[in-house]
Parts: sequence; C-alpha cells; structure tokens
Amino acid sequence: MADKVLMKGNEAIAEAAITAGCRFYFGYPITPQTEIAAYMAKRMPKIGGTFLQAESEIAAINMVYGVASAGKRVMTSSSSPGISLKGEGISYMAGSDLPGLIVNVQRGGPGLGGIQPSQSDYFQATRGGGHGDYHLIVLAPASVQEMADLTIKGFELADKYRMMTMILADGTMGQMMEPVSLDFDIKPEPEKPWATTGTQMKRPHNIINSLSLVPEELEQQNFRRYEKYAEIEKNEVMYEEYMMDDAQIAIAAFGIAARVSKNAVNEARSKGIKAGMIRPITLWPFPKEPFMKAAEHVKQFISVELSMGQMIEDVQLAEQCRRPVTLCKRAGGMIPSPEMVLAAIEEAAENGGAL
Amino acid sequence: MSTTQFLFAGFGGQGILFSGKFTAYKGLIDGKHVSWLPSYGPEMRGGTANCSVIISDDPVGSPIVSHPDVLIAMNLPSLDRYEDAVVPGGIIFVDSSLIERKVKRTDVTVKYIPATQLASDNGLTTLANMIIMGSILKETGGYDEASIDAALAKVVSARHADLLQYNKKALSIGAEY
Repeated sequence: MADKVLMKGNEAIAEAAITAGCRFYFGYPITPQTEIAAYMAKRMPKIGGTFLQAESEIAAINMVYGVASAGKRVMTSSSSPGISLKGEGISYMAGSDLPGLIVNVQRGGPGLGGIQPSQSDYFQATRGGGHGDYHLIVLAPASVQEMADLTIKGFELADKYRMMTMILADGTMGQMMEPVSLDFDIKPEPEKPWATTGTQMKRPHNIINSLSLVPEELEQQNFRRYEKYAEIEKNEVMYEEYMMDDAQIAIAAFGIAARVSKNAVNEARSKGIKAGMIRPITLWPFPKEPFMKAAEHVKQFISVELSMGQMIEDVQLAEQCRRPVTLCKRAGGMIPSPEMVLAAIEEAAENGGAL
Repeated sequence: MSTTQFLFAGFGGQGILFSGKFTAYKGLIDGKHVSWLPSYGPEMRGGTANCSVIISDDPVGSPIVSHPDVLIAMNLPSLDRYEDAVVPGGIIFVDSSLIERKVKRTDVTVKYIPATQLASDNGLTTLANMIIMGSILKETGGYDEASIDAALAKVVSARHADLLQYNKKALSIGAEY
C-alpha cells in the first residue's frame, strides 16, 4: 500500500478530475464540499486550467454550460441547497445534450437544512431535479477510492453519451480520509464534432440550444434521448453484492449507509443470520437485476438510508414487490449506527423465520 | 484479524485532527487498512473537535467510531461526553493538566498524562497532543522509530521540516512518562 496517499474524499474527486483532463472548474463554496473548490483553486492555475469562484451557483452552472458547449471537460460541485439552485442549468444542459460532471456532497435538508451528512437528495438526483423529461447518470461512491475512480468514470460516461453525470456523495464521504491510489488508466477523450469551436468557414454551424418550438421536433428529441437512456440502462449498471449467495435478508444501501451496513451484515453473519447486501453504485440506472434475482431466496429486503425513505421505492420497483421491503433510516444529518441496522436485520430474521 | 478504533477529542487548536492523521498515516505505513473521519460541524469553529480513526487488518466498514477501543480526552467536555462509550477493556488517555477529575469507569485502563504541562515545561507549547501520542504508541505497542519517522514526514509538511525534531521530542517525552 506504499503507493497510496491519505486524502479526503473531496480532494480525491478534485485530483481525479484534473487527471481526467478537466481544466475548468466553476463553483461556489458550501459545506461540506468546499475542499473541492479549495483544491481546484490551488491546482488549476499551476496547470493552465481555470478555477473560478462564481457569484452564485446559478452563474457557475451556466459557465459549465458554456465550456461544455465548447467541448471541453468541465465540472462544478456543491451541496444540496446549491444543487437546487443549479437545477435550471442542469435541465438546460440536458435539453442541449451537453456532457459535464456535477458533484453533490449532500447535507441534511430540506431548505438550508444543516451541514451534516444526508442522502435525502436521492429523488432529486435520480428523478431529475430540474424540469422536463431527462436523466442524469448518478454515481454513488462508498469509499475515498471510489470518489476518485467514479469521477474519472463520470467524465467518460458523460462524453460517451453526451449527458451530465452526477456524483452523489454525502458529508462523510467528502470529509473522511482513506488511502487512495491515484494511478489511473485514462482513456483518450473522444472527438466532439458537435462542439461550438468555430467553423473556420469549413463546416456548417454547430448549434447548442434547448429551445425547440415545434412540438413534433421536440417530441422526437425526447424520443431520441430516451433511446440513449435505454442503452445506458442496458450497458452501464454498476453494483456490488456482499454475501448475497445464500442471503435470506438483504440490505439495500449506498454510500455511507452501505459502509455502516457492512458492519451489521458481518455481525449478523457471526450470529448465524444469513444477511447480505446489494450496494447500487449507479443509482440511475438503478441495478434492478440483482434485486430481482435475490428475490428468489431473500425473505425480506431492508433499505438503509440517510433519508425518510427514497431509494426504497426503487428497491420495490426492482424486485416488483415480490418480497417485503422495510426501511431503516435516520434523517436530518444523522447516520444509522451498525447496531441499529443489526437490530433491523434481527427483527426481520424473527418475523420472517429466516434463520 | 484485529481492529483498533480510536477517538480523539478536545478543543479546536489542540491538534486533535493532526493526531488522528498521524495515527492513520502510521497505520497505512504499517500496512494496515485505515480511515480518518473528522467532526466538521459548527463545533469545530471554536469549540470541541473530534476525529474517528480506525486501524484494521481488514477493510474498514463504517468509518464512524461510536465505541472506541482508545479514547484520547484532551478536555473535560470530551471526557464527559465519551467516557461511557469506551468498550470494556479499552484505554482512556487523559490530559490531566486540563482535566481535574478522575475517570469513573473501573473496567478500562486509564493513563493520566499532564501533557499540556509537560509541553509547556519543555518549550513545546503546541505539542501536548504529540506527548499523549508518545504514550499511546508505547501502550499500544507501536513505538517503532522507522514508521514514526515515515508517518511524521507525511503529516509535517516539507516547509515545516524544522518542526520534525520537536514532534519527535514530544513523542519521546510521552513515551517515557
């Protein structure tokens, strides 16, 4: 492990983004993600990149729109209330088919809420957040290494599909330090013949725009976008299964909730309870297949979340309500303890006779 | 197959996060799995600070330490808040120059170190944290010069390399106390 360094999750995202070729960062400070902006402020000027602290989140996302239109890798980051502000720009980018990376290091809400970790922007991230029919690819890291790896993956997916990727992290993931290897395998950036880089009088104009006043045309745009989404649902789903082979009780959890739940699964196993965990890494597209498969042998699912219960709906949809799904939750910046998750597993074991 | 969970707690400015970072780096250098999680709430802005560090032979699950094996209490509010959370058989390190009361628990080992006083007496005013760290390393069997040097080199930035010797002096004072 000698080649690994200790880094905060936020710093790992920033370093990985730079390694991925991102040379444009626009943001506005907000706890608990400010280290991303601080890191960019320090590094970007030294490597010929641009760090700009915008006058607001809305300004920042529109600067992202501009750079994305010109075909360069670009990112912004914020925390929950700031992401809401960016909602309009995100929808415009979706409507203009622009790639880019958005990082949401979530904190408790709604409103200004607090500054402690939360996962209560799950609906906002996976269902849109802005207006209109669209999706973001949503990636949920559960370690500092994944904060880095998924940042690189995020840029690749964004360019591949000409759409935005969101890293949906939380305050714990942003603030914690773990050993991370920064030895990345970076694929070359794809050509972007659609970008507005100047015609040199040699080609027709490229137009980046989300306005389309002819409904027949706008409908076709939506249809085409959803054909792309179907392809992503087929090709890009990522998840981790932990002790699922013979599991009778299955936790569904992502990010910090998955880290906490892993302790509980280990503890349950040591007590002879056949517990396991499915950890979605892509929240959109949601990994439906492992849940459907697990429903064959699992007696009960438990969705562990730092919210009032949001991902639980996707779990129910994924396993088509074949087995009961219960919720184990804390909200407002609180984190479920391993003991709390273990208690939920034990209760499920008693109720369902899964021993 | 062992895991040690540390909780460092005290006032902001006492080097709580630094101690944690040193511990985590030392674990990394010793080939362990490690995690470091600071408090980042309003309390760190001029109040209490704490950080969770886990050193393990296995990948770390939850990075949150709610039942520490080792508690480092550098002020009274921290001892009051976390004393009961320590696992039976655990160790509590107390800066006895700042905390007048004794630990009530009888099922844990307690090391009282007048770290702030020792730091002041030795011209190491800001290094009470590393004096306690010396004691921790000695008590938990990790006082190994080579990995201490390597970990210090990671947490003391090159521009402050002149401070390495003071950190090492503080560690040895703590280890010998």
